[in-house]
Amino acid sequence: MTKKTVFSGFGGQGVLMMGYVLAVSAMRDGKEVTYLPSYGAEVRGGTANCTVVVSDEEIFSPVASSPDYAVIMNNPSLAKYEGMIKEGGTIILNSSLVDTVPPRNDLEIVKVPANDIAKKLGSERTINMIMLGAFVAKTKITSLDSIMNGLTEIVKGKKASVMKLNRKGMDKGAEYAAKA
Amino acid sequence: MIGEAAVRAGCRFYAGYPITPQNELTEYAASAMAKLEDGTFIQAESEIAAINMVIGASMAGARAMTSSSSPGISLKQEGISYLAAQELPAVIVNTMRGGPGLGNIAPAQGDYFQATRGGGHGDYRTIVLAPASGQESADLTRKAFDYADKYLTPVMILGDGMMGQMMEPVEFPEPVDLSKLPPKPWVLDGAVGRPSRLIRSLLLDTSVEEDHNWKLARKYETIAREIVGGETYMTEDARLVIIAYGTAARIAKGAVKRVREIGLKVGLFRPYTLFPYPNRMIVEMSRFVKDFLVFEMSTGQMVEDVKLALEGRSNVHFYGRPGGIVSTPDEISKEINSLYHRRHLEEE
Repeated sequence: MTKKTVFSGFGGQGVLMMGYVLAVSAMRDGKEVTYLPSYGAEVRGGTANCTVVVSDEEIFSPVASSPDYAVIMNNPSLAKYEGMIKEGGTIILNSSLVDTVPPRNDLEIVKVPANDIAKKLGSERTINMIMLGAFVAKTKITSLDSIMNGLTEIVKGKKASVMKLNRKGMDKGAEYAAKA
Repeated sequence: MIGEAAVRAGCRFYAGYPITPQNELTEYAASAMAKLEDGTFIQAESEIAAINMVIGASMAGARAMTSSSSPGISLKQEGISYLAAQELPAVIVNTMRGGPGLGNIAPAQGDYFQATRGGGHGDYRTIVLAPASGQESADLTRKAFDYADKYLTPVMILGDGMMGQMMEPVEFPEPVDLSKLPPKPWVLDGAVGRPSRLIRSLLLDTSVEEDHNWKLARKYETIAREIVGGETYMTEDARLVIIAYGTAARIAKGAVKRVREIGLKVGLFRPYTLFPYPNRMIVEMSRFVKDFLVFEMSTGQMVEDVKLALEGRSNVHFYGRPGGIVSTPDEISKEINSLYHRRHLEEE
């Protein structure tokens, strides 16, 4: 099994972090992984995306020309990737900011109003963990606990309250995906 | 990956000047050197300054490195020539980007000629190592420092924007015990209680320079005998062998796997030393393989070395994507498929 995922949004949404957490978590699960960030030479607030490949075997290309999954955080990202996603693939959509739906009918689309959920939780900085929670719940590419362990490893030393908020966000996202 | 591997290889001096897509290495070196009791990190005022600082650190006996990307490496070439001339060890990392000129910051392989032909002025070569994965980046970095010390010559690690940006799991080797490295009886560390030493590249006497040139040439021959290397993948029964290095080789490997699934007898040869070039391994394959396809992320540079190695023994085909384009395994497998049938390789 080889699964390629693209995470895309604008700078500041925690897009690269989402991919990095997934990569570390899957690595700790014992999988082969590659993580390829792309932030180009753009200015702050420009586009940011990354590709994570998770596999049971050697990974040849870290690039996803036709990803299985896409986590889409804003409108430009949807426009960029909707045509590239593999037939029968899945999009996790931040429906708080994305107001269109791709015309393709072969894709499964999971709408998660991440910004709205985050506001209710009291911190907009959790949107990436909300989306990641929804993504993992939907794709089962790893477990929510693995994600939490991965995040803890990456942000070593963060306050317990922040970690709790992240966990809450992730669980909320997972709930949404389960309902979808 | 290269940064941590360098520290574990005993690198204690890094000088560099920022350039995308390799700033991750400079950034890592900055924090890693600061954590060491005897580490030095300098953000130099220019690429030229950085390579000259490396010359100084190397003369003083340190395992030293610098890194940059294509345009910055051009600036360092004078210093690399001096390192070669003065027989000083150093490691230089080039994370290639699209070019010529300022180009772009996407992965490319257009600096092959510059790296393998010496790059700077004069009659010299640089050892060139080309990793294709995170693990190999770490492993070859260790080797780069060892080769540099052993052969007293600059070693270049030739990666590209993809290798520079991508993250993969890596198992690092144990750190080198600096006190156990072979002594350097030539270092300039103050002539107290011993005769003074001189390291220079100015050899005005032409016969002395000629002797020096031949000495270097003999050294490169020894290096070619001792360290040359490449990896084969599914070449045993292959009728067509793809030759590619670095990121291009990874993509080609994916393509080979795909076309194998539809029954095409195709293999991959991936040199990981580009100088010395694994000529003999290619010649050996040519006994059974009559068609080679060289794939590069350039308009065709390594393909010349393949032709030089083969001396007309087999057909050499080329497919290139320059300018920062990263092909997909799908694209390469289509190319392979079309060539395979054009050459009627499916026939018994």
